[in-house]
Amino acid sequence: SITGACRAIQKLTRVRVVDNSTLGNTPYHRPPKCIHVYNKTGVGKVGDKILLAIKGEKKKALIVGHKMPGPTMTPRFDSNNVVLIEDNGNPIGTRIKTPIPYILRQREGEFSKVLAIARNFV
Amino acid sequence: YFSSSGYRISSDGKPAKFQLPPKPVIIDKQKQRKERRFLSPEFIPPRGRTDPLKFFIERKDMIQRRKVFNIPEFYVGSVLAVTTADPHASEKVTRFVGICIQRGGKGLGATFVLRNVIEDQGVEICYELYNPRIQAIEVLKLEKRLDDNLMYLRDALPEYSTFDVNMKPESRLDHEEVPVNKLQVRMKPKPWSKRWERPKYNIKGIKFELPEKKMKEAQKWSQPWLEFDMLREYDTSKIEDKIWKEVSEGLKK
Repeated sequence: SITGACRAIQKLTRVRVVDNSTLGNTPYHRPPKCIHVYNKTGVGKVGDKILLAIKGEKKKALIVGHKMPGPTMTPRFDSNNVVLIEDNGNPIGTRIKTPIPYILRQREGEFSKVLAIARNFV
Repeated sequence: YFSSSGYRISSDGKPAKFQLPPKPVIIDKQKQRKERRFLSPEFIPPRGRTDPLKFFIERKDMIQRRKVFNIPEFYVGSVLAVTTADPHASEKVTRFVGICIQRGGKGLGATFVLRNVIEDQGVEICYELYNPRIQAIEVLKLEKRLDDNLMYLRDALPEYSTFDVNMKPESRLDHEEVPVNKLQVRMKPKPWSKRWERPKYNIKGIKFELPEKKMKEAQKWSQPWLEFDMLREYDTSKIEDKIWKEVSEGLKK
């Protein structure tokens, strides 16, 4: 991507959809962008829900990794990764190939279905 | 060799006193091998006006931790495997393999960053050397690179940062001379996260395929007076000797 300065996810950040859903993988002339972060601060970190604008539709998503360095011993990814999600928390895709941080396991109640389709953990 | 000293006639005319030929000096190369000393860079205190007592106490704690847990010798550019205790992992233990791209921090807060590319996704983890959550650090490949900081691997082709997770540790025969890997890395097309061609980063490990004009333009930002700046000088040789003695005595006890 072109901008490098703000590395956590906020409004208008371009994001990479990481699961194998059709909505996330079909090419479109505009990259998926964040339009709202469901957080007191407008900055989204790993485990936060955001609203994404993909292919002219609004879809909720879960952040699974960002370029911003976090606390030590946690992984930092080279791209801002996101998993598409329904309003009730069910993931739309069926498989996640990219590695997911172990920290998401802490909130097993909310993300159990997303963690169930994840293959690799870091 | 026949010495004719006994036949030498001195200026007096009488034969000179017999002088024994010099004893042959046997240079035993096995014994003369200098013992390779490696002092981890986090032991060396930073240049400043803090009381050395603070660093002394910190070093005591570092030696205490090293007695319990072995922190091997490694450099920036060596491949390590770190096993950490994690309450959220399925088997409570996580293992990460990667190349060390940076060693930062001094004292107990010393960190090192490991980088690997898993499933086409680059992942970097910054570990603290003295964190009690770390169960084991193995050096899979011990080597040095041409630079102290390999942050440019983020902008290099992913093949240079991929390392097999199930790599076997490489056995080293010599107990001398850590090998220096003079690999020149090929980069992705510009823009990069930092302008690595500029002399401030002083990178030797990139094969710049930029036109000559760009390389010359980058030299405009060179600051050749910096290496002669006396206020920035920090000679660590004597400090290192003292700390080496302290650390080796502390570890022997």
